[in-house]
Amino acid sequence: MIKLHDITKVYPMGKRELTVLRGVTLNIEKGELVAIMGPSGSGKSTMLNLIGCLDTPTSGRYYLEDREASRLSSGELATIRSLKIGFVFQTFNLLPRLSAVANVELGMRYAGGSDRNRAMAALERVGLTDRANHRPTELSGGEQQRVAIARALVKNPPLILADEPTGNLDSHSGEEIINILTSLHAEQGITLLMITHDANIAHHCQRIIHFKDGQVEGEEKP
Amino acid sequence: MKKWLEPFTTAWIGVVTHKLRSFLTILGIVIGVAAVIALMSVGRGAEAEIISRIEGMGSDLVTINPGARTFGGVRSAASNTLTMEDAEAILEQVSNVSAIAPTYSSNIQVVVGSENMNSSVTGVTPEYWQVQNLETTSGAFFSEQDYQRGSKLAVLGSNVKETLFGETDPIGQRIRMGTVVVTVIGVIEEKGGMPGVGSPDNSIFIPLTAMQQTVAQPRTTQGELVVSAIALTVTDEEKAEQAVEEITSLLRDRHRLGPGVDDDFNIMSMEELSSTLSETMDTLTLLLGAIAAISLLVGGIGVMNIMLVSVLERTREIGIRKALGAKDHDIWLQFLIEAAFLAFTGGIIGVIAGWAVSQIVNRVGVMSTVVTADIVILAVSVSVAIGLFFGFYPAWNASRLNPIEALRSE
Repeated sequence: MIKLHDITKVYPMGKRELTVLRGVTLNIEKGELVAIMGPSGSGKSTMLNLIGCLDTPTSGRYYLEDREASRLSSGELATIRSLKIGFVFQTFNLLPRLSAVANVELGMRYAGGSDRNRAMAALERVGLTDRANHRPTELSGGEQQRVAIARALVKNPPLILADEPTGNLDSHSGEEIINILTSLHAEQGITLLMITHDANIAHHCQRIIHFKDGQVEGEEKP
Repeated sequence: MKKWLEPFTTAWIGVVTHKLRSFLTILGIVIGVAAVIALMSVGRGAEAEIISRIEGMGSDLVTINPGARTFGGVRSAASNTLTMEDAEAILEQVSNVSAIAPTYSSNIQVVVGSENMNSSVTGVTPEYWQVQNLETTSGAFFSEQDYQRGSKLAVLGSNVKETLFGETDPIGQRIRMGTVVVTVIGVIEEKGGMPGVGSPDNSIFIPLTAMQQTVAQPRTTQGELVVSAIALTVTDEEKAEQAVEEITSLLRDRHRLGPGVDDDFNIMSMEELSSTLSETMDTLTLLLGAIAAISLLVGGIGVMNIMLVSVLERTREIGIRKALGAKDHDIWLQFLIEAAFLAFTGGIIGVIAGWAVSQIVNRVGVMSTVVTADIVILAVSVSVAIGLFFGFYPAWNASRLNPIEALRSE
């Protein structure tokens, strides 16, 4: 499903250059549940953005479902994001002016069009039917993240990328979120990549990839 | 939801979430459009008034005035170049002339009771009323028989009546002009004047035959009776231009003007005057509109300002939308529609406001105003064009944002 081959990413920082990824090679099969761990600044978020087609590598090749995404135009990358990839962010990133269900609908907006019924079904999947018409500010952090998950899964993407989805939540809410995500993986066979600092959460996954200094340091299977 | 509707609902949400800001932006456009509509309606109103005044005078009217005569390169002032015989020749030889009215006017000392004043007195033929399209407010005009007999009768222009008689009824009153005493039989309704045409309001009209007994009407060296002006009507205003040409060549012939010598008369047709003035007023209307358009431009810059702020403020939203798969043109369209919506709403409200202002000006009676459909269409389309123009850059800015950086912004 995901093949990274010798990926580097260099950001220009004024006159100097900041190398964030130094030759990452990685394969992730369809249907895997993978945790990515590593210290801050180790390049794991940058890699997740590359996999999510939000960014392109400086060098190296990236294949997503056998298409070489590292060669696509920004418009083609946007199409891939709209159809194939659901994002879950640490800071939820909901639109504050829209109700929960309208935020979920936004997930379909660029993937063929909104559909209120499917948005409600996705909210039901995360157990928030009764909060559908509340705005994000009226929801708890855990509830907001559940709305964000509903938004990610409403278009039935084959791949969900989560960047520290529990980082801003208390342990109880975090556990709920992890349960939802792992059950999505178990029931629908969605490929799931999750950055986390929490070893307990990582142990829910099939595979843990350790990052350090822009490189894969090692892997383990819990 | 219908797919094509979504950019519009998104834009709508953008507008209503910042009600005050949107209102102020719209207000800028409203003021601009209202100013355009109101000012242009003043121009159009003035134009309509002038046209109606010309039509009141009769758009089939052609006036001939004496011009300067050139003697061996020396131009004299306007002089006695037109004669009764010229008028008769025109009536006989020029096609499509329906009536002709030669006049002779002079400034004469007139006495009414103890009032003594200098007034313009015009000797006219009975055709004059019809040619000049005049009506009386009281009394009547003198008739063909009165004219033939040289009856001492007078018809007053409205201003003259006001000066000589004030509020008293002038009918039957006597006016002494030198040795001749005339009796007032009618008053002409107020006509107003036109530049270059003069107004009947300021003259006393008596039969031309009576005029000849009052002041000595000069004769030319050929012995023809001099007139001050000749007015005529054509059967059809379309034929005015042709008649002017025919009269010109006839008069040049009669006055023995060789090639290269300037005309010693001026011909003006109302038809021509009307189109000239109409063009002038159109230019004036456009000028007024252009001045008002400056405020519309300022309103447009307001739209751009607000859209730039809006883009900046919603950077994170743009990042989220991009992460969800929005293409550059989706973002671009969203902001462009929002700008166009603000401008269009402002345009519509501006039309209503401008129309209301022009109605108030009209009612108060300061100026007559006319709001025409073309002004409205122009103002609204210009406001939308301004929205699109000034919305383009902010929308383009928004669409070019890097999604990762946009997501990171606060």
